[in-house]
Amino acid sequence: MRSNHKWGKVYLAVVFVILYMPIVYLIYYSFNSGGTMHDFEGVTLDWYKEVLHDTRLWIIVLNTITIALLSSAISTILGVMGALAIYYVKSWRMKQILLMLNNVLIVSPDVIIGASFLILFTMIGIQLGFTSVLLSHIAFSVPIVVLMVLPKLQEMSSTLIDAARDLGANQWDVLTKVVLPYITPGIFAGFFMALTYSLDDFAVTFFVTGNGFSTLSVEIYSRARQGISLSINALSALLFLLTIALVIGYYFISQKSAVSGMGGRRR
Amino acid sequence: MKKLTIFFAAVFGAALLLYYVSLALNRTEGYVGKNTLTVYNWGDYIDPALIKKFEKQTGIKVIYQTFDSNEAMMAKIAQGGATFDVAVPSEYAISKMKEDGLLIPLDHSKLPNLKYINPRFLNLSFDPGNRYSVPYFWGTVGIVYNPGMLGGKKITSWNDLWDPDLRNQILLVDGAREVIGMGLNSLHYSLNDTNKEHLKEAKEKLDRLVPNVKAIVGDEIKMLLANEEAAIGVVWSGDAAEIIAENDKLDYVVPKEGSNLWFDNMVIPKTAKNIEGAHKFINFMLDPKNAAQNAEYVGYSTPNKKALDYMPKEITEDKRFYPDFDSIGNLEVYKNLGKRMLAYYNELFLQFKMHRK
Amino acid sequence: MKTSIRNVYLLPYVVWIGIFVVAPILLIVYYSFFDIEGKWTLSNYKMFFTPIYLKMAASSVWYALLVTFFSLLIAYPAAYALTKTKHKQLWLLFLILPTWVNLLLKVYAFLGIFGTYGLANAILAAVGIGPKQILFTDFSFVFVSVYIFIPFMLLPIFNALEELNPSLVDAARDLGASAWTTFRRVVFPLTLDGVKAGCQAVFIPSLSLFMITRLIAGNRVITLGTAIEEHFLVTQNWGMGSTIAVFLIIAMAAVVAVTGNRKRG
Repeated sequence: MRSNHKWGKVYLAVVFVILYMPIVYLIYYSFNSGGTMHDFEGVTLDWYKEVLHDTRLWIIVLNTITIALLSSAISTILGVMGALAIYYVKSWRMKQILLMLNNVLIVSPDVIIGASFLILFTMIGIQLGFTSVLLSHIAFSVPIVVLMVLPKLQEMSSTLIDAARDLGANQWDVLTKVVLPYITPGIFAGFFMALTYSLDDFAVTFFVTGNGFSTLSVEIYSRARQGISLSINALSALLFLLTIALVIGYYFISQKSAVSGMGGRRR
Repeated sequence: MKKLTIFFAAVFGAALLLYYVSLALNRTEGYVGKNTLTVYNWGDYIDPALIKKFEKQTGIKVIYQTFDSNEAMMAKIAQGGATFDVAVPSEYAISKMKEDGLLIPLDHSKLPNLKYINPRFLNLSFDPGNRYSVPYFWGTVGIVYNPGMLGGKKITSWNDLWDPDLRNQILLVDGAREVIGMGLNSLHYSLNDTNKEHLKEAKEKLDRLVPNVKAIVGDEIKMLLANEEAAIGVVWSGDAAEIIAENDKLDYVVPKEGSNLWFDNMVIPKTAKNIEGAHKFINFMLDPKNAAQNAEYVGYSTPNKKALDYMPKEITEDKRFYPDFDSIGNLEVYKNLGKRMLAYYNELFLQFKMHRK
Repeated sequence: MKTSIRNVYLLPYVVWIGIFVVAPILLIVYYSFFDIEGKWTLSNYKMFFTPIYLKMAASSVWYALLVTFFSLLIAYPAAYALTKTKHKQLWLLFLILPTWVNLLLKVYAFLGIFGTYGLANAILAAVGIGPKQILFTDFSFVFVSVYIFIPFMLLPIFNALEELNPSLVDAARDLGASAWTTFRRVVFPLTLDGVKAGCQAVFIPSLSLFMITRLIAGNRVITLGTAIEEHFLVTQNWGMGSTIAVFLIIAMAAVVAVTGNRKRG
């Protein structure tokens, strides 16, 4: 059993190394004075200086993060509702139909989603920009949240709900005291997946953006024709380190409050 | 539940704060307001210093938006819903946009600097009389190769690529008209050939090239060639100039059978709101000094005759990128072949790609 | 009372489905009946059943299966090992973090790593295997796809493992079951829902991968997604693109039907 754990850790370490390899590569070359992602010539901080002075780029970064946070929060709420709806639907066939409709956006290539949303928004008369990008990010993030939350709900034994109801809990209590705490890991998983989708998306955003609004991936993709400058590497490195700091900070704060405030809650 | 509530409250709070900061930044930078001009261009296809200069001269704030393909840009403009005052499509896209009524005619009286453009690049088939467009950059399609990796072998023609010694050495650019065109040119047919027999013949010839083709790639072809991933690449001249700037062991040649001559052009799309400002911007970019500065930054060939005087001799006298047109007989501009024919080209190209598996 | 509460969940979700799923599907189906010149036709469907598109469909399914299989093979043990660590939530976040770096940038990094003079070949040379062509092969394509999809497989499995009651495992061990038997008879069946969710989240989108088919596989792999991309953005043949999309949606429905749960107790 002991040795099993050790092998588990070694295996995890290997997975980590592979997952972080390209990122380390990117960060390494962000210090390259040679200006390309090969042939390391010498160490320079020029790319970082360039990034720090580029206000337009920072506006784009802010846009990207705002859209990502808002869209994943809203789509998580919608997705949890959707998962509950699918869970509560009685007929098996209805359930399957809902699930299929749910998955359409996951299977559809981004270009199709983007093009059809573009037509949709112009039909409804929504100005392209912040709103249209936010709406489409919410739209394509909802299904992944549903997919993350639903298995959790299905695992939950219905006797749990029945018991709570027998004890006189009303619908709201059942939801907030029994169901939601039980599916919390699924909700977080859904939120982070939605965040991932939103940060990574290029094609859909490209189609529905306009009027001066842009996100980081649209900017990066359109720079590909001229070759991506290392200042983008530098920017990614900065953002990546910032995220790591935030994640660690958040984790230890939540850890602490869990111990002092809601000790019993944590598993 | 409490954990969830706190978490979501924090996320919404953070998002609103960031939104506010970006609004404030937009305002201090002047991106919101009436006096703005939205330029829709390829990414990094202009010297940012020129935008600054234009803003200072005219007091107009430029919003620079980017696209990554002509087709995606056209889809955006066709739908409307967003403002674009100046766009920079390639020549075949212009004939299409003209057909679809997506362009606003230019007022030549507001473009006095048009006189600096080399007349050779004016009044071309895709826009007679330059009613809608003004050339921005131009170039050719050709072969970049690495003599060192080929044992000193020289490449001068398309047919050289079929040499069995070049197994797995060629990178092709992912464009139907470029690759099929290469097949057509190698058989001495026109790039705008619509004879299906000729096209089939070209496709069969390309199928025989398969063993030599290492990959069919996009913009990353520049990086791959500069890295010496492969010895030969079929590319646009602008890309070739960049590759050679990065790795001077490589050379560029326009094949002797003939090739394509392409243009990127400034136009005013129908989504424009600041037409006055758009003319000012186009005229500004046509100014010889500005055009020279832009050409040095971007590295593509400028059609501005007067601008050449302001550029270093080693650039303007480089015959690979500023060729004598008399020496290369057969440079053709792509014609708009019509949707059906274009679909046929693409179908052949898809078959060629599938054939490789 | 009960139904009204349920409608509260159902309503926003159904509104979302109506606007962002049903409407686009209708648009796609509508477009699939038009040819490139805007005339009504069935020729797109006829076209799909020519060898070239059928071959493409088959190879898409094949690669999607490979990607799903390897993602599962790598993600399951990783998720399992993860549940055994201290600070597992933190490590989980660290596993997701790389996905937040722009995909195109990471793919460019892979171009460098797998290149002829890249890191991978340097390692191969150092261990005495000698340089190999890695870029533009099936291997690199599957590798990078799996790289992209691992978090999507890992998360649901991790959640399922977390829910697993450890006393069940202990009981099985106490009854003399070997580690492998315990896994096969107890752990795996109980985490099957997570595995299914993960497979759906990987298989379905990998049917329509594009970008990396060009960047990493040099167009040696052409999936349905690549073809749709081309038809929408290059050929401007929205009809044919939509037709392929219709088939993708049908394929997705089939996957859901197969992995869907027959009955829940």
